[in-house]
Amino acid sequence: MPSRRPECPSLRLIVGWAIDPHDQGMIEIEHISKRYGEKLAVDDISFVVKPGTVTGFLGPNGAGKSTTMRMIVGLDAPSAGTIRVNGGAYRDFRAPLHEVGAMLEARAIHTGRSAYNHLLAMAQTHGIGRARVEEVIELVGLSSVARKRAGGFSLGMGQRLGIASALLGDPQTVILDEPANGLDPEGILWIRTLLKQLASEGRTVFLSSHLMSEMAQTAEHLVIVGRGRVIADTTVEEVVSRASVGATVHVRSPHVPALRDALAGDGVRIQSRERETLEVHGLSAERIGELAAQRQLTLYELTPQRASLEDAYMRLTGDAVEYRTTTVPVVTDEILEQAA
Amino acid sequence: MSTTTLTSPAVVRGRVTRGRVTQRHVARSEWTKLWSLRSTRWSLLAAVVSMIGLGILVAVVQMNRWSSLSPHDRSAFDAIDVGVSGYHFAQLAIGVLGVLVISGEYSTGMIRSSLMAVPKRLPVLWAKLGAFSAVTFVLMLAAASVSFFAVQAIVTSHQVNHSLGDPHALRAVIGTALFLTVLGALGVGLGALIRNSAGAIAAFVGLLFVLPGVTALLPASTADAISPYLPLNAGNTVATSTFDNPQHLSTWTGFAVFCGYTAVVVGAAAVRLARRDA
Repeated sequence: MPSRRPECPSLRLIVGWAIDPHDQGMIEIEHISKRYGEKLAVDDISFVVKPGTVTGFLGPNGAGKSTTMRMIVGLDAPSAGTIRVNGGAYRDFRAPLHEVGAMLEARAIHTGRSAYNHLLAMAQTHGIGRARVEEVIELVGLSSVARKRAGGFSLGMGQRLGIASALLGDPQTVILDEPANGLDPEGILWIRTLLKQLASEGRTVFLSSHLMSEMAQTAEHLVIVGRGRVIADTTVEEVVSRASVGATVHVRSPHVPALRDALAGDGVRIQSRERETLEVHGLSAERIGELAAQRQLTLYELTPQRASLEDAYMRLTGDAVEYRTTTVPVVTDEILEQAA
Repeated sequence: MSTTTLTSPAVVRGRVTRGRVTQRHVARSEWTKLWSLRSTRWSLLAAVVSMIGLGILVAVVQMNRWSSLSPHDRSAFDAIDVGVSGYHFAQLAIGVLGVLVISGEYSTGMIRSSLMAVPKRLPVLWAKLGAFSAVTFVLMLAAASVSFFAVQAIVTSHQVNHSLGDPHALRAVIGTALFLTVLGALGVGLGALIRNSAGAIAAFVGLLFVLPGVTALLPASTADAISPYLPLNAGNTVATSTFDNPQHLSTWTGFAVFCGYTAVVVGAAAVRLARRDA
């Protein structure tokens, strides 16, 4: 059981990371479950989010991402399990906005209040001054509309206001639920840059998305969930390489029939959709090249069909839906063929 | 909308005065929240205008036709009651605003922001009650005083019951402000308990204004026994000059009963807020 972090914020500022390097900025989730009536929204999830990197929380809609985030910030209590943020429980924080800044998926802003007054009211709960309110408004680019009612904001402006709220207390940990939602391409680039910068400052950045492609450009680490369970707790690179295992290799050669014989073997499937080409499943490009060379067969082309991230993600979450039944490889092939 | 594409670390880190959550800070925040909504300003304006206007209107009309009034009507004219009669309108505006102060946070999702900033939760409820009660008491005391003195000035040339020198006069004016303040707190409690604007307003109107009508359908003996304890009948004893009839509790007993109902509702709301998922 890690020791509790000292309560005094000024002490923390002076001593900084030296206090408890193990806990600072960590989100530790241990065996949490959440039941809403009959429905088990989160089913025994455990993972750790570390500081200094962007961690993506990925899964289809209804996988339990938002529920988990709500439990991290103390809005919902887990039915079972424990969550520690910076070594403690969120509900015990005396200055939560300095510890964790969060933006949840659903809007959390009174539509009748201006962006400025919303942020001011949030800041005042911690005795944070008006200068900081002006500062975060500037930071997210809402200066020109800060005095207008938030109810009239576009989705993208609402997201920016949510991000401003999250950064208000200069928190060690930033939690964002679907931050790219509703942002235009420029806004997406902006948030990507911002999140990477936050992580490079040593902060913990935890964000959810149901889009793998978006996540791949921002996150380094991935926690993938489906049906309320953790499917993978890994890096973006590993997800791609895992998906590539069992992917096909595109081969073009004038000696298709001979090459077929040369490559045939256990676990190898070969398809030919065009003249002079083969799609080989179950052998690496290197192995195919060696086998062709042994028999002195000419190759015009030898291309591993690297699975896209979206494929990898579909495969992983597809598994979750099917609970790893025997149909999985077939599903993967179909998806890969469509992508090719 | 301008976009900051490149963010300098200095801006993210910025000028943050690092404080912590205290009841005083939360109260300051709730004060800002209260006054930064148009619905607050309009509801309070409506309450003040009706509080001042109704009594004056009634007094002017009655005095103009004083000579044609029957002796019975003349003896029934109570300058204190007319002076604070605006509360009949103000109570609706104050009660509904009390509900909206918190149910509006549930309907918009603001409550999530509020509770993330104050994860202990109860300080938010206390701060809302404190800010709203303070505003209601001060405004309604001022409005009731204006109405009361204006009515006294209007009726001064006529011989009427219970005017300025009456021992109940001051109590009725202050009592009107107290009654409306506790009524507002009851609205806040219902809003926090029910978490839905329409539902909580319906409950408020039902408890205060519909229940007396339903009670009237009961056999007279039963109705007479229940009637004094209904929230509105108990509460407004403090906002009238005198009640001679036995269908009402005595002034402070009635008000204490009304405070008791409010305390029960607010207590239930506090338990729900602290224990249940937001």
